[in-house]
Amino acid sequence: MAESRFVYVTWIRTTPEKLWQALTDPEFTRRYWCECSQDCDWKAGSSWKLMIPDGRVGDSGEIIEIEPQRRLVLSWRNEFKPELREEGYSRLTYELEQQGTSVRLTVIHEMDRTASKLIEAVSGGWPVILSSLKSLLETGEPLEQSSRWPKGM
Amino acid sequence: MAADIDKVFKALADPGRRLLLDRLHADNGQTLGQLCENLDMSRQAVTKHLKLLEEASLVATLWRGREKLHYLNPVPIHEIAERWIGKYERGRLRILAELKKSLEGDNNG
Repeated sequence: MAESRFVYVTWIRTTPEKLWQALTDPEFTRRYWCECSQDCDWKAGSSWKLMIPDGRVGDSGEIIEIEPQRRLVLSWRNEFKPELREEGYSRLTYELEQQGTSVRLTVIHEMDRTASKLIEAVSGGWPVILSSLKSLLETGEPLEQSSRWPKGM
Repeated sequence: MAADIDKVFKALADPGRRLLLDRLHADNGQTLGQLCENLDMSRQAVTKHLKLLEEASLVATLWRGREKLHYLNPVPIHEIAERWIGKYERGRLRILAELKKSLEGDNNG
């Protein structure tokens, strides 16, 4: 099948409970995800939205699979850039696995089309957001480059 | 593990494994069969190299349908850079790297 995919594996010195909270709690998310928050009740089939700090909906979708502290799969469509929105839904997967004193976090963002512009765009964003998440959990401080929504975006 | 930097350096200390990383950098998400094409290495050797790369987290694998796909995971190399390159050095190093590239041609040398 023709597809585009972003894959990232990182280790974070934390517990699955804390990492799950960091991935889902709106206040926590804001600190490492460029001030964006998620609007979702985290149940299978529920709608999911990523809100931009100025009030726009950045991305939206729904929860496909949820197994707290283990695995989360959601559909994801960009909402604020027409050329990305028209590509339709992508799929985001988080997998968490405790290994010793760390948690192995795998992030897969994929779409069933070649050369997806959405996957290209998120491939640039995820490393910064995920490094910042790691920094926040391990040191209590997020990275500077992901603490604010980029001006003019 | 992130802390297991020895595995990362060991994995990188082999030209065959670096070549596999180059192939994934050029075209991410390949199967073993695709990676073996046009390579002067046996399938067994490639399998062994991929195992070491995966143990060092330099390669992440995913099953999609019946295919096992290999992805270059940039995280360990990024962590090495973060450890020894200060944030103020980064800009100067990039300028030097670009100068070197434009003078020598971009041949990954």
